[in-house]
Amino acid sequence: MITAGIDMGAKYIKAVILKDGEIAGKAKVATGFDSTESASECLAQAAKESGIGVADIKHITSTGAGRKSAPNINSDITDVGAAAKGINHLMKNVRTVIDVGAEEGRGIKLEETGKVVDFAVNEKCAAGAGAFAEAMARALEVSLEEFGKLSLQSDKTTPMNAQCAVFAESEVVSLVHAKTPKQDIARAVHDAISSRIVSMVRRVGINKDVALVGGVSYNPGFVDALSRALEMEVSVPKDAEFVGALGAAVVASERVQS
Amino acid sequence: MAEYKTEPLKCWPKAKELRLKYYKDYQQAREKGGIRWTGGAWSFDAIPAGLGRDVYNVTGEPYAASIAFDRKLSLECLEAAEAKGWARDLCSYMRNYWGSMYLGKYAFGGDYPDPDFCFQDHICCSHGKWYQHVAEYKKIPYFCIDVSVGPYKDIDENRLMFVVNQMHESIEWLEKVTGRKYQDELLIEAVENETRSTSTWAEVCCLNMAKPAPLDEKTMYSLYVHGTLAKHSKEIADFYEELRDEVKYRVENHIAAVPNETCRLMSDTQPPWGFLKVFRYLEKYGAISVGSLYTFGLIGIWETKPDGSWGPRTTPMQKGEKITTRDQALRVLADWNLSKPEWQHFYDPNLKTDMMLQIVKQWQLDGVMLHLNRGCEGLSCGIMENRLGIAKAGVPVMTFEGNMGDEREFDEKRVMVRIDSFMETLGVTMQNTSTAAP
Repeated sequence: MITAGIDMGAKYIKAVILKDGEIAGKAKVATGFDSTESASECLAQAAKESGIGVADIKHITSTGAGRKSAPNINSDITDVGAAAKGINHLMKNVRTVIDVGAEEGRGIKLEETGKVVDFAVNEKCAAGAGAFAEAMARALEVSLEEFGKLSLQSDKTTPMNAQCAVFAESEVVSLVHAKTPKQDIARAVHDAISSRIVSMVRRVGINKDVALVGGVSYNPGFVDALSRALEMEVSVPKDAEFVGALGAAVVASERVQS
Repeated sequence: MAEYKTEPLKCWPKAKELRLKYYKDYQQAREKGGIRWTGGAWSFDAIPAGLGRDVYNVTGEPYAASIAFDRKLSLECLEAAEAKGWARDLCSYMRNYWGSMYLGKYAFGGDYPDPDFCFQDHICCSHGKWYQHVAEYKKIPYFCIDVSVGPYKDIDENRLMFVVNQMHESIEWLEKVTGRKYQDELLIEAVENETRSTSTWAEVCCLNMAKPAPLDEKTMYSLYVHGTLAKHSKEIADFYEELRDEVKYRVENHIAAVPNETCRLMSDTQPPWGFLKVFRYLEKYGAISVGSLYTFGLIGIWETKPDGSWGPRTTPMQKGEKITTRDQALRVLADWNLSKPEWQHFYDPNLKTDMMLQIVKQWQLDGVMLHLNRGCEGLSCGIMENRLGIAKAGVPVMTFEGNMGDEREFDEKRVMVRIDSFMETLGVTMQNTSTAAP
């Protein structure tokens, strides 16, 4: 049986094709202005990688911020439900998922079956999301990739007090003027983001194992900061950015079978 | 999917009529030679009732909620308050009310009717200051009763008398500022009405334990409001008895508020008044909010029954007690109000968690939706501790951010998405039917 999941993210659309429970293909396309068009393109790319035609897909489930605008879908599922299903498909021992995307961070507590027990979402604040790290990288005039790696070169804790991404940028500028080394600033930024995320996730309770998914999981500086803040190891699955789309594809399979 | 019969409330038109009459009476009070005053929904409104039958009040919170419901007017009022330099994180009811006063616009048409005096009590951090400013701005007299005597479980004679003595003093003050002679028989009548109306409201809420629930919370907002307007009035006490009888009939005949009821929830604190559609959205899932500590206990007066359940507090009249003197009336009034559920957690958030869990158990609820209300520090204080307590008890709970009276702090799309996630965790799916009464 072939099913597909489409994650209509704020910055990127991701698609996963699932064939008999295994990932057959995946694709990622910038969301852009016309998200419906981008989603069609993304799905076509994923289908091509899988060696199938879009018409062969039995059921398509969408998720993500724009899940209702995904084209030709059969059903949809929330980001929370998709992340839980996706991680449960990949790592059965995970009981807490931290999902950090471009604009939102989520903490999800789940059961052995992948059922969500509790969740918390940050809202109205970019200080705990990927967009914040991007803005800070721009302020330091480094690429996002460099920014994450730079952070690992520092062992110094530099406090950042601002609770707001905009004011935090001013704080970064002050640190630059104070000749604070770039790697220390990078670490301070990642510590600040992880501290907000951890504070939110603690609301639902943190049970081991803990996994990090979403686009920000590709940032090694953030992964390091998160592990230190949680005082425990954080697992990052392969293709962590596709976990939501995978979860949606798993749900699609369940819905075909039910 | 369950499919219950439903029908509009028969007393709905009367509820609307009473509410509009209340605001018109206040507006026209001076034309009739009467007095008008303003204060909070929790003010001891039975006390000014002793000045005569031509005394009308407007309570600030429901008035401000009416403004908030009209999002265009609300924005005007909020901006008018901000233009005076008030911070945006102050009580949004207070800012809406003040804005209406500054603009001179009455939410029910015409000019803002100036009150003759302010009469308030002080439990929330904003309450006392709210009317202090009104009094200073309008250059009118102001009396405020301090009720900070601790939770009802700790009430003793000294604590009670701290409030009762201020009440006695307030009557002398009322005579002085209005030049009228105080009538104790009107006070006694008002106190009896208040105990009757607030206990009857609790009785109405108890009827919502039935499955299917005869009332949904969105409808209850339009009914509990009468108690927040004039809990001391005979009209309101009589109306609540009429409502109770109709709700009893609905229970006996399985008339549901939401025909596809499959999941029972409760909310907390004031809702975002400009976005009551949240409750209609729930109905798409067959989910119904059957009430909250807020809807039940803001004006409803309750007691723990011998079997440990929550029920309407027995009135002095039901106990066969006759109120004959001013002092006796004031003691009853103070004691009655100090037992108000929504006052208890101002002293300790754990008391609120206990009450919420009592409701979850007794009303057989599947989950709780907490409104992290940025517009009300008083009722939101400690709400994350309540969340923790509810979650620890194994009850599914979600939170959403908003503001009862400032739409700029409510993100409709994100809240709906969050509700979708919560519904998924409860295992309920969207249904096609969504016809609710009234």
